[in-house]
Amino acid sequence: MSDGKTILTVDHLAMRFGGIVAVNDLSFEAERRKITALIGPNGAGKTTVFNCITGFYKPSAGSMRLTHDDGRAIQLERLNDFRISKQAKVARTFQNIRLFPGMTALENLMVAQHNALMLASGLTFLGLIGAPSWRTAEKRAIEQSTQWLKRIGLLERADDAAGNLPYGDQRRLEIARAMCTEPALLCLDEPAAGLNVRESAALSELLRSIRTDHGVSILLIEHDMSVVMEISDHVVVMDHGVKIAEGSPQDVRDDPKVIAAYLGADEEEAIAVMESGT
Amino acid sequence: MTAGGVTAPVSKPTPAARGPDAAFIFKKALISALVALVLFSLMIGIRTEAGPTGQLIYWTRFDDLAEMVAAVFFGSIAIELLRHWWGPVGTVRIVPPEVTSALALARRAIAPLLLVFTFLVPVIFYNQRYILDLGILVLTYVMLGWGLNVVVGLAGLLDLGYVAFYAVGAYSYALLATNFGLSFWVCLPLAGILAALWGVMLGFPVLRLRGDYLAIVTLAFGEIIRLVIINWQSLTGGPNGVSGIPRPTLFGIPLTSGDDGLAAKLGIEFSPTHRIVFLFYLILALALLTNWVTIRLRRLPIGRAWEALREDEVACRALGINITTTKLTAFATGAMFGGFAGAFFATRQGFISPESFTFQESALVLAIVVLGGMGSQLGVALAALAMIGGFELFRGLEQYRMLVFGVAMVLLMIWRPRGLIGHRAPTVYLEHSQAISSDLVKEGHG
Repeated sequence: MSDGKTILTVDHLAMRFGGIVAVNDLSFEAERRKITALIGPNGAGKTTVFNCITGFYKPSAGSMRLTHDDGRAIQLERLNDFRISKQAKVARTFQNIRLFPGMTALENLMVAQHNALMLASGLTFLGLIGAPSWRTAEKRAIEQSTQWLKRIGLLERADDAAGNLPYGDQRRLEIARAMCTEPALLCLDEPAAGLNVRESAALSELLRSIRTDHGVSILLIEHDMSVVMEISDHVVVMDHGVKIAEGSPQDVRDDPKVIAAYLGADEEEAIAVMESGT
Repeated sequence: MTAGGVTAPVSKPTPAARGPDAAFIFKKALISALVALVLFSLMIGIRTEAGPTGQLIYWTRFDDLAEMVAAVFFGSIAIELLRHWWGPVGTVRIVPPEVTSALALARRAIAPLLLVFTFLVPVIFYNQRYILDLGILVLTYVMLGWGLNVVVGLAGLLDLGYVAFYAVGAYSYALLATNFGLSFWVCLPLAGILAALWGVMLGFPVLRLRGDYLAIVTLAFGEIIRLVIINWQSLTGGPNGVSGIPRPTLFGIPLTSGDDGLAAKLGIEFSPTHRIVFLFYLILALALLTNWVTIRLRRLPIGRAWEALREDEVACRALGINITTTKLTAFATGAMFGGFAGAFFATRQGFISPESFTFQESALVLAIVVLGGMGSQLGVALAALAMIGGFELFRGLEQYRMLVFGVAMVLLMIWRPRGLIGHRAPTVYLEHSQAISSDLVKEGHG
């Protein structure tokens, strides 16, 4: 089933909250070094899928397998909490930005390198005595953070509190912070929400470069169709917790079921609407 | 000066443009006076007392009541007029920019000056035993405040039972020294380690708790430790405490009048003040160690993780930070410093009993941290000085001491709701370190 091209295989995933079925029997695959978009109307269960993949929810059924470049496979449903990020190398951002507002932009990126720095500081003890190995590691971490700040155009605001940055900058900083954990799979929950046209164009550019230059696979929830159509390699459409379509952006755009889901009409009506239009 | 040029137009409001609205002020004063009348009519207007045969005697004091109400009425008018005169920005208008910049300069110089002064205290006040004892007390609370600051200020975990670790440290030293004859310098790290272990033991059950729930469990933990100490008579001596705790030695040399004492060795005349001065520098060293380690830890990944945890726990998890170990290390580190302070307390007093470790101590240390500004080392030191020193200062006022203290606290919380020093200094910077406004810094939610 997995042939090295697939990084994430979601298999018959289900998530129930009491009697409410948020996600039901969802299966899809995300390809390595590709951008996979997960779209659907509000309440379709996209964020629930994200929370399952990133370990915030324990799925009621199904499996999620992450295959690393070296062929190492990890069952994500068996890991929980911080281990998803630490061991499986899955990073995420949040729909409502979750930066550390009282810390500077630079500090935010330094916190993201926690696990690597923790080892370098000899679990704090080497760092406490100021060992040279720790100093070089810290310098390297600052260097990496600086690189990312430069990439997202926030270098001159490195020492400003993250909570003071404009909304669009915060969105980009959150992506940079996720990238500082050196992930294999980057999950972005509506990264273009609230951005203006120029900002979302810059975001598309950033995401493409993350995929191409860093070789990181991206899984993306997005409402902004212009972003989805522009950068996605593969689109999965969800509605009411199930997958209703999947394919290239063009295929999905023309799928009557997708249009029906978005317009809130049933399928026949949507087809009728489309046919009358053409 | 450009600053003067900018502020000049706003600093002189024309009275005609925004003259006080007489009707509004009068109405406000009238309402205040009415409220005062209702409140005071029973409290001041009628005086009741039990007569010689137990019957109720009462008499009226309407003149006193009238005075109070008049004071409220005219006071209210005066406050309103002052407010109109100062304008909405208050102090900014009346404090010239030169004073503000001088204050900013003073703020930068205050920490080194305070440190130098503290070092000189035993020299300046050598003959004033009272001042030296007070200094030791203040420094003990500075150290406790700095220790608790790790848990409450940095990690944002509200701990109402900090005194438990203080007690563990004190009893560790007291029992190890009296039962096994171990010296202070051996027991000090042991006391710290034992307190840290208790910190971890407290940490485990409360990992999932937040906010109020965390506060209540830590409060209970503090009480449990105290009750165990009271009831475990065979080990701790129960309410009688532990007495005859050995005094600290200067690396084996006792500070006594004997032939092997420090005074005899140095060939100087013995004075009991030597020991007090030694204790002063000992607690100063311990407090500075706490400060140094905390400042150091803040710049290490673990310290940054503590602060990140205070800011947003969910984001921490998404970044692969182990919340469990991060919280436990915060508890353990804070507890360790509490343990050190406890060991010092035991050796200074020579006698400890459960009475020294009541909830009041926890509350006092927490008040110091909150008052100082959570997370600020200098703020905590200033708050400890103000609270413990202020307590002593108003000792003469006796019954009004708590009142003065309470009013001061309320006023401070109105003017500086985030403590004396509310802003946060970044732990790392590229170009320049700029303070982060307290509005942005989160307080943590457990």
